Amino acid sequence: MQTYYDPDDLAHFSDMKEGSPVLWEKYMAYYSAVFEEGALSEREKSLIALAVATAVQCPYCIDAYTQASLEKGSNLEQMTEAIHVANAIRGGASLMHGVQMKNRLAKVSM
Amino acid sequence: MVNTAFSLLRRGSLLASAEHQRSILEKPNGFPMFDERLKTSGLPPLTATSMKVLQINVGKLCNQTCRHCHVDASPDRREVMSRETAEICMRALAASDIPIVDITGGAPELNPSFRYLVEESKRLGRHVMDRCNLTVLNLASQRDLIEFLAAHEVEIVASLPYYQPHQTDAQRGEGVFESSIQALHKLNEAGYGKGGKLKLTLVYNPVGAFLPPRQASIEADFKRALKRQHDIDIDGVYTITNMPISRFLEFLLDSGNYDSYMHKIIGAYNPHAVESVMCRTMVSVGWDGTLYDCDYNQMLELPIEERAGRNIKDFTPERHQGRVIMTGRHCFGCTAGQGSSCGGETI
Repeated sequence: MQTYYDPDDLAHFSDMKEGSPVLWEKYMAYYSAVFEEGALSEREKSLIALAVATAVQCPYCIDAYTQASLEKGSNLEQMTEAIHVANAIRGGASLMHGVQMKNRLAKVSM
Repeated sequence: MVNTAFSLLRRGSLLASAEHQRSILEKPNGFPMFDERLKTSGLPPLTATSMKVLQINVGKLCNQTCRHCHVDASPDRREVMSRETAEICMRALAASDIPIVDITGGAPELNPSFRYLVEESKRLGRHVMDRCNLTVLNLASQRDLIEFLAAHEVEIVASLPYYQPHQTDAQRGEGVFESSIQALHKLNEAGYGKGGKLKLTLVYNPVGAFLPPRQASIEADFKRALKRQHDIDIDGVYTITNMPISRFLEFLLDSGNYDSYMHKIIGAYNPHAVESVMCRTMVSVGWDGTLYDCDYNQMLELPIEERAGRNIKDFTPERHQGRVIMTGRHCFGCTAGQGSSCGGETI
């Protein structure tokens, strides 16, 4: 069955170098630097990446950062809480846009 | 659902055969061979250097049947080292200056010669490590074991794959976490894990098809969680990568994780970890006296180089100097990431 997403494609991420190697190298250098231990630990960064992956709904990133979070010592509870943070912000964003609805409603209503 | 309550051998699994395991690992499927990878990273074949550890595997009998066990140990296994072989091991030790004796199994304490090995090694002035599964300390037959270990200042290297019950029980069996916590309390009461002479180190193994975290990072988590939740003190944590052999190989194959796990450990090959792989400074003795480069090669029945002598009765340290180490794709487990050994990370 053909699908738009194929788990094996994750291993071909670096194929994106073809066509624009200079931008790829710059991106990868930046990417590696972002995930290095800094003011946040590598584990915290993996959990953030996992939460963002669910928010942007990237199946490749969800696979990669579930594995990475486990390999940084995180557990199910920590990973689930991280996803709830993403979920809370996504839900909050919808509700917050409700204020725009109310403003518009007020403007056009008698 | 496979019933994993018994050993592979008892279940009649094909994976009980070391030859069958080797045929899976060495299948020509595009993965590089370990020696080839050494070569392409500019390294020579692995050879032994100075001998620091005599690791004695006293047999496959255990009071647990853990799902990742590379020994296929279980209460249903009966292969145990005899007193005669244990005495030959101690004669070999006496004739050498190997500083560390590492006793493993199975649950090594269940071997009737365990206490003899400890007493004799200590009498010879060597440091002794007991690879303990913790729950064995709660058995009625082992009531005086902690006192014995403490009296001989035996270092305890104990398995606890995570500081939470769910993960520990998933790997080691229902109720193992709770029993392990009881045993850790008893060890603390005896003076273990308090930063003194009675050293207590826990072993973290990933509960699944992934690599271990950095040792310092997970050690901090273990210390914090065990202290806060159970008022338990430990001296440290070793992280050990699961080798794709025996019951962990069964898990990888049954769960469809074999290829991706092999990709992972091969992809994480770190040439800097090669220098300090444990097989270069140890020799491993099987329950029947056969010698191997390490406990993993022992389970895969990969014999030591012939010129070194293949039985403990032929052992002299000189014959092992420079011996060529037998390798296979499982060796990528010891060179992945920060490296892995019986003493945790290697770099």
